[in-house]
Amino acid sequence: MALNPTTQPGPAGGAAAADTPAVELRHVSLAFDDKVVLRDVSFTLLPGHTKLILGASGSGKSTILKLILGLLRPDAGEVYVGGERVDQMEERDLLRVRGGLGMVFQEGALFDSLTVGENVGFKLYEETHRPLGEIRARVEEVLGFVRLGEFIDRQPSELSGGQRRRVAIARALASKPGILLYDEATTGLDPITAITVDEEIVKLRDLEEVGSIVVTHQLRDAFFVATHEARRAGGRIEVAPADAAKADEAEFIMLKEGLVAFEGNAAELRASTDSYIRTFLS
Amino acid sequence: MLHFVGNGLKQAVLEVQEYVRLQITVVRAIFSRPFYMRDLIEQLDQIGIGSLTVVTLAGFFTGAVLALQSGITLDQFGARPFVGRLVSASMVKELGPVLTGLMLAGRVGSGIAAELGSMVVTDQINALRALGTDPVRKLVVPRVLAGVIMTPILTIIADTFGIIGGWIIAVFQLRVASSIYWTSVTDGLYLQDVWMGLIKPFVLGFAIVTIGCHVGLRTSGGTQGVGRSTTYAVVAASVAVIAVDLFITQLLVNLLY
Repeated sequence: MALNPTTQPGPAGGAAAADTPAVELRHVSLAFDDKVVLRDVSFTLLPGHTKLILGASGSGKSTILKLILGLLRPDAGEVYVGGERVDQMEERDLLRVRGGLGMVFQEGALFDSLTVGENVGFKLYEETHRPLGEIRARVEEVLGFVRLGEFIDRQPSELSGGQRRRVAIARALASKPGILLYDEATTGLDPITAITVDEEIVKLRDLEEVGSIVVTHQLRDAFFVATHEARRAGGRIEVAPADAAKADEAEFIMLKEGLVAFEGNAAELRASTDSYIRTFLS
Repeated sequence: MLHFVGNGLKQAVLEVQEYVRLQITVVRAIFSRPFYMRDLIEQLDQIGIGSLTVVTLAGFFTGAVLALQSGITLDQFGARPFVGRLVSASMVKELGPVLTGLMLAGRVGSGIAAELGSMVVTDQINALRALGTDPVRKLVVPRVLAGVIMTPILTIIADTFGIIGGWIIAVFQLRVASSIYWTSVTDGLYLQDVWMGLIKPFVLGFAIVTIGCHVGLRTSGGTQGVGRSTTYAVVAASVAVIAVDLFITQLLVNLLY
């Protein structure tokens, strides 16, 4: 694969109006052949907020993200991104809507024939007309944000799993999307590396005001994102436990066999008496 | 039993439908923006320059063995000096395009299916779409155009080396004078033969690359799936080369002769 940089100035990706939900699912159902993956799922994500979607493997979590991006279409229900209905959009209109979204795939899904810098700047090089120097500066900025600046000219195969996830976050962030979608961003990572990735998610949410939907089955990481916040203190960025009001802003959704089994904040989740939820949390 | 056959037929029809849809999408994308020129140039190098060695060798040895075998047969009619026209007519009309097609089916068809299949199973295709890039425009169109441009050029090179291979055998084994060989080569070629030898590779190149891309993009099942796709692409493209050759030859014979 080659990069096709162009050199004329152009606009960046868009963002939703303050009162329009960033993402909304209404009574969405989807089945693959005989297997029902999602059943009458509805939720709303407001701009700048966080949604944490929990559930066992195969419960439909990643499918929700693919529906939001328009990579899949539901059998029933409606999907809205920034107030626009995306479940019946043509591919060329979807390409425009995706301008406001960033996705971090499981395993990173980096393009292995391109360097780290080319991966991170891919959307800017390919789909915008910004000067190359400006794009390189942005790439260095976001790689600095995930603390991988010195890897800019390396190949993805030279990176560890955790480093690849962080490059994937940088790639999703480079075009300044209004919403970031994380698909099992920490699955398969050791606890220390997972916390590093969680801190990046928290920093992006609190310092760049990017709304996020975090799909995971790792409780530790979900609760970390819900109960921590990032602050600038004396020229540095620190991630520390959040106060109660901030922690309440993160909403949990638990999926069980395609249905929404729980919706609420971290405290409500911990206090739930549902046997499935208690088993999941134990 | 009927259920099994029914499912198999449905699957086959679905494959053909999706293949035709891909072809239509590709043709539309060739004549609209965005167009990824750098990827096209990269593919011209990979498909064209990269296949030079195998196509040259295949053409050379085929021409040589053709001269050897036909020399023996022509002897029975006292027609050994005509070996040149037999080699040139066979290479240009039939063997050049088909052998080049088969070599490309193995080299290019498998490579494309493996590359695109690996991208599918590692979510790179979904990542491309999520980043706002159409995978058909970015990956398929450059490969199809490169295949269509390079296959005729490679065929001409195969033909050339085939005729040279035939010349070496004719001169050193069959003891045919060089000048007689080369005169016979040009005598045996009609303009319609040359047209046939140039039109066929366009169609075969399109078929080989679109089959590779279609099979690659429909890969599923992890690394095993990539292996299956690669094998399937080579088999399907090879059979397509031979089958399409018959239909194209029939059509061109009716049109040109």
